[in-house]
Amino acid sequence: MERHFQHELESIKTTLIKMGSVVEENFDFAIQSVLEHNSSLAQHVIDTDNRVNSLEIEIDNSVIDLLALQQPVASDLRFIIAAQKINNDLERIGDHAVNIAESTLTLLKYKKPESLLEIPKMSATTKLMLRHALDSFILLDPNMARSVLETDDQIDELNRTMINEVIELLKSEKRSVEIGLELIRISRNLERVADMTTNIAEEVIFHTQARVVKHHAEEK
Amino acid sequence: MVIIRIKETVMIETLQKPSLTFVPHEMNIKLEAKNVNAFFGKTQALRNISLSIEKNHVVAIIGPSGCGKSTFLRCLNRMHEVAGGTMNGTILLDGEDIHENDPVNLRRQVGMVFQKANPFPTMSIFDNVAAGLRFNGMAHNGHLAEIVERSLQQAALWNEVKDSLLKSGMSISGGQQQRLCIARALAVNPEVLLMDEPASALDPISTAKIEELIYELKKDYTIVIVTHNMQQAARVSDETAFFYIGELIEFDNTKKIFTAPSIKQTEDYVTGRFG
Repeated sequence: MERHFQHELESIKTTLIKMGSVVEENFDFAIQSVLEHNSSLAQHVIDTDNRVNSLEIEIDNSVIDLLALQQPVASDLRFIIAAQKINNDLERIGDHAVNIAESTLTLLKYKKPESLLEIPKMSATTKLMLRHALDSFILLDPNMARSVLETDDQIDELNRTMINEVIELLKSEKRSVEIGLELIRISRNLERVADMTTNIAEEVIFHTQARVVKHHAEEK
Repeated sequence: MVIIRIKETVMIETLQKPSLTFVPHEMNIKLEAKNVNAFFGKTQALRNISLSIEKNHVVAIIGPSGCGKSTFLRCLNRMHEVAGGTMNGTILLDGEDIHENDPVNLRRQVGMVFQKANPFPTMSIFDNVAAGLRFNGMAHNGHLAEIVERSLQQAALWNEVKDSLLKSGMSISGGQQQRLCIARALAVNPEVLLMDEPASALDPISTAKIEELIYELKKDYTIVIVTHNMQQAARVSDETAFFYIGELIEFDNTKKIFTAPSIKQTEDYVTGRFG
């Protein structure tokens, strides 16, 4: 028997998917703004963040209402808890996209760097992680979610490499320290986005399989 | 006796004044209680109750046992008098005083469903639904079957009994009997449905069906439901009224009552800290 609150659960999922699309697009634009040295794209990312914040508040309120009024249990409860956390993770990804866009605006004071070091590779990998994390939520696919978890170490390694490369670059060239710092900042934000996508993947696994895999809990 | 009465008086005086923060739009008020006091002999069961119920809304009345929930419900269609009680104050249905209405006609307009399903035991399922129409002189044979079917469909019971309409009203399950009683109330085309703990005697599946039915029925009817099950009140109602020792403590949007009630006593009750 379908209960009317199933529609409310679906509504939360639909809004989350919409938020995911907005965040994914904004993140994509933020990366492009760096790669293309593009100010209008960067500004668009900054201006769009309010929409992400509004969606987060909307979903937060819906979750509170549903918990208070419908007392969901079992998979419905796991879904609501996962949705709440994914909501917060998406909003944080949105913030990191804004940070990356702000770095672009800073870098625009200078000539476009000849090399962005590991940033193109990190961007492509993180973008794919985000896509798969969101798809795993839409499709309720725990295997796809696990593939996201397995990729996170690559980004962590690339971030460490990035820092070392920037240090070497600053030693070997009389290059603006500000450029180096912004490149590290971008790298750090990409690494944090990758962390958020693994959080989303972990929540999908919790929702679909009732298993807690965060902090490598499954391995212990 | 005197000591108990004084204690009650002291307790009532320390209660916070009722919060009537929910104010429906004037044009949408279906039922309105103004300064209603109800008595059983000299015992006062309700004190100065005032609230407005919006059309096509579900209002849940919650509170601990003996707080006056069912008494208030029965005042809304003058069933309180049948139980030997008296009341003063005003109750308006579409702006008109219910005490100026013929009580039989009032109880057709404001139907009631009781805690224990009470189909007429000697009647068939069909005749149970048709009974109200016949008693009210509304049975036009040409349309009786049509009305019975429509009422059973509205009560989400038609598919389960359509092939056994001539069987006794007692031959079906408890949950089905309760929906039969709802169909019986709907058959006479009421405007308001009063439900006094309609699911408290039912199993969880039947309870869920009744709750879904209430959700559907509010599109066409105004519903007031008394329930001791707070979670049920949260699930089905638009507004919730919290009663305590005969007084209305708080009446507000259900979301507000269950997420951020204004009165501490309400908060204590819905969180299970008392009652």
